[in-house]
Amino acid sequence: MSSSVLFDLPGPRARRRQRIGTVVGALVIAALVGLALSRLYVNGQLEPDRWAVLFDPASGVPQALWEGLLNTLSVAAVGMVLATVFGALLAVGRLSDHRWVRVPVGLVIEFFRAVPLLILILFCLLFLPTVGVPMSAFRALVLGLTLYNMAVLAEIFRAGILSVDRGQQEAAFALGMRKTQVMTLVLLPQAVRRMLPVLVAQLVVLLKDSSLGFIVAYFELLRTARSLVEFFNFSFGNRYTFQLYVAAGLIYIVVNVLLSTLAKYVEKRTRRSAKAAAVDEVELPADVQMGGGGGTVTKA
Amino acid sequence: MQFLSDNSDLLWSAFLTTLSLAVVSGVCALVLGTVLAGMRVSPVPPLRGLATFYVEVFRNTPLTVVFFFLAFGIVEIDLQFPSRFITAVAALSLYTAAFVCEALRSGINAVPPGQAEAARALGLTFGQALRQVVLPQAFRTVVPPLGNVWIALAKNTSIAAGFAVTELTASLQRLANVNADQLLAVFAAVVAGYLVITLPSAWLIRVIENRVAIVR
Repeated sequence: MSSSVLFDLPGPRARRRQRIGTVVGALVIAALVGLALSRLYVNGQLEPDRWAVLFDPASGVPQALWEGLLNTLSVAAVGMVLATVFGALLAVGRLSDHRWVRVPVGLVIEFFRAVPLLILILFCLLFLPTVGVPMSAFRALVLGLTLYNMAVLAEIFRAGILSVDRGQQEAAFALGMRKTQVMTLVLLPQAVRRMLPVLVAQLVVLLKDSSLGFIVAYFELLRTARSLVEFFNFSFGNRYTFQLYVAAGLIYIVVNVLLSTLAKYVEKRTRRSAKAAAVDEVELPADVQMGGGGGTVTKA
Repeated sequence: MQFLSDNSDLLWSAFLTTLSLAVVSGVCALVLGTVLAGMRVSPVPPLRGLATFYVEVFRNTPLTVVFFFLAFGIVEIDLQFPSRFITAVAALSLYTAAFVCEALRSGINAVPPGQAEAARALGLTFGQALRQVVLPQAFRTVVPPLGNVWIALAKNTSIAAGFAVTELTASLQRLANVNADQLLAVFAAVVAGYLVITLPSAWLIRVIENRVAIVR
């Protein structure tokens, strides 16, 4: 760890101070958590039967949450496939030798990266039906996610293709391959392999962004939880609100952590298998990870 | 155009809300993120662990879920933000701080080790070395990533629309209901509102980067 450059190894006195600080800090945090729990307890939120509803098939809650999760995953999956395909096409278009392809494609990429994802989704949901395109919340969400992420992925692919050693391309041309062959047989396979970790990381971001479905009333996890709450409020009052929200939030976090772990695993594997010249700078830029984001600042 | 002048008040106040959301949460996120970055490289293991935990949790939580919890969740522990706006600022700052922290940490790692070693050799404590030697250099190298975080934040403010803050996207939803015949103009106006924030920011970031970049 490079942080060891920043400080000397703590001596006995510093270590004692750190231990005292740790204990005090831990106590403070424990006190805060305890306070929150006690408030929950006083409000009766910790009663077992309130939580039991989450696991009781008779209440229909587990099924509904499962369905919400499936809806989330299906939006993300369709979006991932479409965004990857279009992203690859756009990347190739942007690297084209023809100016009349390169410039418009570049504009499309820059535009979709600069507009907030939610606006894109709302555009698909509200505007496209007025010009005769049949729309549902699902389609709007998929289309919005695709438009935004294909632009981001196009940049990722482009960076990957450009990072392949020049000699590869030159050698392929020297062998008499056509441009298409060079791209599909030589450059893309190497680029994809190199960009795989970043690609997977971006797909995790896409999954995160699918939670925007909550705002456009698509029945993904959060919206499902909310509608369940409204349903239960009707018959039981405010009884299960907190439990359902916590459940939905936790499922989201768990799924995302699992996918992020997968991304790290993929990264480790590619790093191990690729030869010496391989990636060490494939960390996804923070703005891309933020989702709904992506700056317009191009790298120098 | 008629419609633009009719709704200029709504659009203007929505634009100001978006801008102030972005600026206030940007400042909060910068402060919190800097503290977190300091914790992540600090000599005290529990502080490192705490900051790492924070960053991992918030990077893996969709911003919508953060909003959701602050808007509907914390009522159950008898906490409440004074207004919707402040809820949105809190959600955006907490979320963005994790990314600011990561950007800064990479900047801190990019400062040549000799700098920190020299600072220690001069007898500076960890806090002094960080504040006076390492962080100033780190900030200079992370201008582009921080700028990207800022632009992403400006765009992420649109999520506040789903939680009853009347910023640009919310005004879009409202105007779209009323002016169904002029939907394109509504969208164009709102997108222009975001571009007015992001495009000059991108330009400014490039200027700042050129001015403060350290050539190594």
